Amino acid sequence: MSKKILIADDEQNIVISIEFLLRREGFEVLIAGDGEEALAKVRAEKPDLVLLDVMMPKMNGFDVCQAMRADPELSATRILMLTAKGRDTEVSKGLGLGADGYMTKPFSTKELLAEVRKLLEM
Amino acid sequence: MLEAPVVIAASLLYLGLLFAAAWWGDRRADQGRSIIANPTIYALSMAVYCTTWTFYGSVGRAAVSGIGFLPVYLGPTLVMSLGWIVLLKMIRIVKANRITSIADFISSRYGKSHGLGGLVTIIAVVGIIPYIALQLKAVSSTVSLLLSYPEIVMPHRSATIPVVADLSFYIALILAAFTIVFGTRHLDATERHEGMVAAIALESGVKLVAFLAVGIFVTYGIYDGFGDIFDHAAAQPQLQHLMTATPSGTGYSSWFSLIILSGLAVLFLPRQFQVAVVENVNEAHLKRAVWLFPLYLLLINIFVLPIALGGLMHFAGQGVDADTFVLTLPMSQRQEGLVLLVFVGGLSAATGMVIVETIALSTMVCNDLVMPMLLRHKRAALDESKDVSGLLLNIRRGAIVAILLLGYLYFRLAGEAYALVAIGLISFSAVAQFAPALIGGMYWRGGTRGGALAGLSAGFAVWGYTLLLPSFAKSGWLPGDFLTQGLFGVELLRPQQLFGLTGLDGISHCLFWSFLANIGAYVGVSLVRPPMVAEATQATLFVDALSESGQGGAVLWRGRAQVNDLQELVGRFLGPARAQTAFAAFARRQGGSGSSGSSGDGRPEADAKLVQFAESLLAGAIGSASARVMVASVAKEEPLSIEEVMHILDEASQLRTYSRELERKSRELTAATLELQAANERLQELDRVKDDIMSSVTHELRTPLTSIRAFSELLRDDPKMHLADRERFLGLIVGETERLTRLINQTLDLAKIESGRADWNGCELDLKEVIEQSIAAISQLVREKEAHVEVDLPDNLPLILADRDRLIQVMLNLLSNAVKFLKPGSGRIRVTLALLADGLEVGVADNGPGIRPEDQQLVFEKFRQVGDTMTAKPSGTGLGLPISRRIVEHFGGRLWVESVAGEGATFRFTLPFAVVQQPAAVVPEAGTGGSLS
Repeated sequence: MSKKILIADDEQNIVISIEFLLRREGFEVLIAGDGEEALAKVRAEKPDLVLLDVMMPKMNGFDVCQAMRADPELSATRILMLTAKGRDTEVSKGLGLGADGYMTKPFSTKELLAEVRKLLEM
Repeated sequence: MLEAPVVIAASLLYLGLLFAAAWWGDRRADQGRSIIANPTIYALSMAVYCTTWTFYGSVGRAAVSGIGFLPVYLGPTLVMSLGWIVLLKMIRIVKANRITSIADFISSRYGKSHGLGGLVTIIAVVGIIPYIALQLKAVSSTVSLLLSYPEIVMPHRSATIPVVADLSFYIALILAAFTIVFGTRHLDATERHEGMVAAIALESGVKLVAFLAVGIFVTYGIYDGFGDIFDHAAAQPQLQHLMTATPSGTGYSSWFSLIILSGLAVLFLPRQFQVAVVENVNEAHLKRAVWLFPLYLLLINIFVLPIALGGLMHFAGQGVDADTFVLTLPMSQRQEGLVLLVFVGGLSAATGMVIVETIALSTMVCNDLVMPMLLRHKRAALDESKDVSGLLLNIRRGAIVAILLLGYLYFRLAGEAYALVAIGLISFSAVAQFAPALIGGMYWRGGTRGGALAGLSAGFAVWGYTLLLPSFAKSGWLPGDFLTQGLFGVELLRPQQLFGLTGLDGISHCLFWSFLANIGAYVGVSLVRPPMVAEATQATLFVDALSESGQGGAVLWRGRAQVNDLQELVGRFLGPARAQTAFAAFARRQGGSGSSGSSGDGRPEADAKLVQFAESLLAGAIGSASARVMVASVAKEEPLSIEEVMHILDEASQLRTYSRELERKSRELTAATLELQAANERLQELDRVKDDIMSSVTHELRTPLTSIRAFSELLRDDPKMHLADRERFLGLIVGETERLTRLINQTLDLAKIESGRADWNGCELDLKEVIEQSIAAISQLVREKEAHVEVDLPDNLPLILADRDRLIQVMLNLLSNAVKFLKPGSGRIRVTLALLADGLEVGVADNGPGIRPEDQQLVFEKFRQVGDTMTAKPSGTGLGLPISRRIVEHFGGRLWVESVAGEGATFRFTLPFAVVQQPAAVVPEAGTGGSLS
């Protein structure tokens, strides 16, 4: 059974590129355009991994991360934060809130795939 | 009911009440919870100014001269409201130098002179004795009036009554006993009597209530209000002169002298000096006294005229003395309760005055008259007795009895010939003699001991000759010849027309000659020689009392003294226990070290500060002049030359200047530090803002880069990708690079505008043309959205001054924003141009989703895109509107948005006419008359 991954980002072109990349590798892909939608889809679909953008409308990535980690039912869901703000404080804030990994935009597609596989223990 | 026992019982009961108040006040003071540390109590205690003179005598005066009773209250009112700064300075000086009385004050100012203190004491005692007699007269006549109740019999005295049968003699003795119990229970270095002040304040309340009660009774009980009394009086021709403001011939000079005299009296009467200066707890209390005391005077005077007029009409032709109206009016109406209240009020007025005055005088007699004599003649005896504090108290007690007996004597001799007020004014005139030496001493450094002695003696002599002796002569105790024919038959020496000066009343006459002699001698003799060391030292302390330098207290002493000797000396006058406590406290203040060194034989040696401290302690008990002598007896003093004193004073003042300079510098430094901190915070804030912007910019740059890199890698890694995907991805890459380019251009553009380095090509242009050009440029986008553009652009509008390219940039931004948010198919944009009073207004309206009110300001912030209503955020850089707004503002206009959510948004901007900006351009055209505007 293929792993389920949710892409949460408000930049359409980024979503398109990552979606194409992950589907090509055989993953099942879900998409959310803002933080609230992302949290709702996580609860409804229980994906194995969330690729979480930080700067999103309605609810930012940090808040989504925090809300997920407060929910015991979602403890199995891995979180990979993606952000264009690569400062150290942002990285440590994300990890401190319970994210499992952190990648700075722009990223290499190979590295992204490697990180995804590592988090999914494949 | 008003039999003798009732009157006596009421009097004793009242005195008992006073004593209770005093005892309570002292007790609270000992517990450190002073009840007199209160500005109202302070102001009330000042009202000891109002004696039986006020209580009974004002009505008597008003019955003769109408409002002539008033000037003695106007003087104090003026002094308190305008001259309080003098009082403040006196308080400062007294506190700084531990001065105990007005004699001590003058003596201390002129080099701690025994002679001067003694002279002031003699003047005060002699001057005040008629005043005390006045109180005795008032109390004894009211007592005899009461005893004949219900008949109203004017007390008729004859000098033949033996002393033992004379009621007033016993009254004098009772008052003396009462004062002794009140004021001389223990010695205090500051010579303050908290209990006494509390009792005096109580008395002031009682006498005011009593007087107001009579006033209300007469005005509203016997008559029907103020109007009624004055109407009745106006009907009687003989009373009409009482109701005019222009009294007889000498009226104006008399008013003038009475105002001067009373203004000086309220400062310099020993009892006023005592309550207002010596007993002052906190100089801030002066603030309230400045209005409360005059208010008290006003209140106690309101009913004087009605009572006087009422009495004159009521007792017309019955020979009732107007001085007794306050009591006899209620008596005639059989108001026994009120009569008793009035009597107690009068008793209050009398006892208050007598107690404070005799305590003050006895302190002066003891410290400035008896002590110096003891020091001179019985030095040996004084040295032997270990503790002289008991002796001091006994001297004071003796002085109190003596003063009251002297008052009684004057009352027997001269009391009958004068009305109450006339007696009081004799005292006022005597006390006024202190003014030149005292006020001069506070404000003029040049005054000397010789000058003060000469001035006081001359003034006092003139007073005695022109006022006191005539008062004896008029009572028949001196031959009256010298009044009418002058001393030795020389007419020029007639005491009340001295040197032929006529046309003045006795008081003004005395004031004129005594002040002429007093001030002349004081200034004249002072100018003969420069002040000596001691005088110059004290002059500095007094004259500079209000400035900083007066409080620094340079120590002007050089010599050797042993701590033990000093403490023993102080102990002999204050009692060993008090001395021990005081010295220990001083040592603690000085930090234990520095105040004493050690002499050769190992005994601790006192430094100048300790010697000065001991002297000030002694000064509190025995006066500053005596203290000086006593300290000199245990200290081996080396005299300082005037140069040395001046040097020390100079050094001290230089030091103070330095320290002030230092303080100023330190204040400036503090201020500079604060400014630096603020600047630093501003810098950090700016830094943070810059950081935020940088972070925003990099974020905006990274986002398109992310897509570009991802798509490029996808294309690179998958050569067999479908052609459709390949073309789609390449298109997206191109789009993102365009976005990047736009972003970079706009960021640089904004940075240039914000830093003021942008190029502006200002020229006059037709806004309509600019708008049409912009709409043409965007028509392709509009067609793609299947939208429609409406225009409302009038012709022949005035030109505006702006940069064409920049304006097109603004219009394109607004138009493309509008297009971006339109719904495909049904979109509509409306562009308008309107004429305002001073410019043009452009509007760009769309029928898109609109902007919520809370977001209408945000859209003009950098990188702030408002797009919550949609799932995806709008394309664009988030810099278009901020740039547009800056461009419009650069040309003097305004850009804003009006919107109702759901009904579209309208962006509007204004631009001012060209003429305003470039008047030079239209001047040549003015002549042709063809101006466009």
